[in-house]
Amino acid sequence: MNVELTVNGAARSGDTEPRKTLADFLREDLGLTGTHLGCEHGVCGACTVLVDGEPVRSCLMLAVQASGASITTIEGLAADGDLNPLQQAMRESHGFQCGFCTPGFLMQATALLAENPKATEAEIREVLSGNLCRCTGYETIVNGVLRATGVEVTTHG
Amino acid sequence: MKPPPFDYVAPSSVSDATQALREHGEDAKVLAGGQSLIPLLSLRLARPTVLVDLNRVTELTGVTVDDAAGTTTIGAMTRHRTLERDREIARTVPLLTAAAPYIGHIAIRSRGTIGGSLSHADPAAELPAIAVALDATIVTTTREIAASEFFDGYFTTALASDEIVTAVRFPVAAPGTKATVKEVARRHGDFAMVAVAAQRSPDGDARISLINVADRPVRAREAEAALRDGASIEDAAELATRDLDPVSDLHATAAYRRAVAKTLVKRALAEVAA
Repeated sequence: MNVELTVNGAARSGDTEPRKTLADFLREDLGLTGTHLGCEHGVCGACTVLVDGEPVRSCLMLAVQASGASITTIEGLAADGDLNPLQQAMRESHGFQCGFCTPGFLMQATALLAENPKATEAEIREVLSGNLCRCTGYETIVNGVLRATGVEVTTHG
Repeated sequence: MKPPPFDYVAPSSVSDATQALREHGEDAKVLAGGQSLIPLLSLRLARPTVLVDLNRVTELTGVTVDDAAGTTTIGAMTRHRTLERDREIARTVPLLTAAAPYIGHIAIRSRGTIGGSLSHADPAAELPAIAVALDATIVTTTREIAASEFFDGYFTTALASDEIVTAVRFPVAAPGTKATVKEVARRHGDFAMVAVAAQRSPDGDARISLINVADRPVRAREAEAALRDGASIEDAAELATRDLDPVSDLHATAAYRRAVAKTLVKRALAEVAA
């Protein structure tokens, strides 16, 4: 089936089986491998992307369902290769180690900050609770998003 | 972890969706939000030959409050995020607003739908218990079904194979109604180990529904009646939980579930007390 959609502001299309998930379509058909697949059944959050502005697990949506939608992936955050403020804040907070979960965390945090640019630490923890990280212990990730809200965060180590 | 092959149709009307289900019979499956069905496909626990996707059926979304009739009607494809954020729902069906944050995580709530959750009938899910607690009416393509008659057991409902839930109709809550959901889960966002939905209205009306203590939602009618007659929270909690016979599994024994249920009923009733 033909799929036509907008990805990071550009019109894209592809021919896909109905059973292909949006995540696999982004990675395999469009070459956007920044979206990571961890569990492939909606538990880990690594594949989170924005669909028409809302955070969505791209492993729990079929590519054919995204026809006509506007998708934002991790590749859409850094305009012209410059880190955006959230990415910069995450970098300054050492908000990743192996980096596998990072795209999902950043897309989920992007959705949060778009709706609530001054989110509190408690709100950030609540929103990020749907994403798993096996390296950092989460503290530096929470600090990174908090830093992106303009809060001064002391980084240890 | 990839879904098996299937044919896919995305009708734009309820009548076309029904037609597709009739054509393909028992091997077809309705795709609503997909937050339970797509994992089942990926794990190969479900192998429908045809998916009938309702996501292009715009007539199935939306919230309509009729204050004169005292009803709030929610289209079946309305997302959990809408239940969480919609002000008219907060005003007229506050128990839904209280329940929504417990449904998975935000990215799940972006896609998951009320009609899908009711049709899936997971005994650990919140929305079936809310529908039962509030005596909601489940509107389908062929009839209207009282929520108390809709759930037949684990993942089983009164729906025929070519019948689709189109909307859910709730009674409008009286002004001053207090509603809450209390839940114990292994991790935040997981399905409930045990949960309780409770509501009190200024006229004394009480609603209590228990989640994941049986194969379907359990309404604590005896406790509700006792509360209307002025029973204490302690006595109501005992009435609500003394006959429960929950299962033991990997996560909790039956005795533990019963004890947690009683504690949660007490906490919920304390919160919604006048």
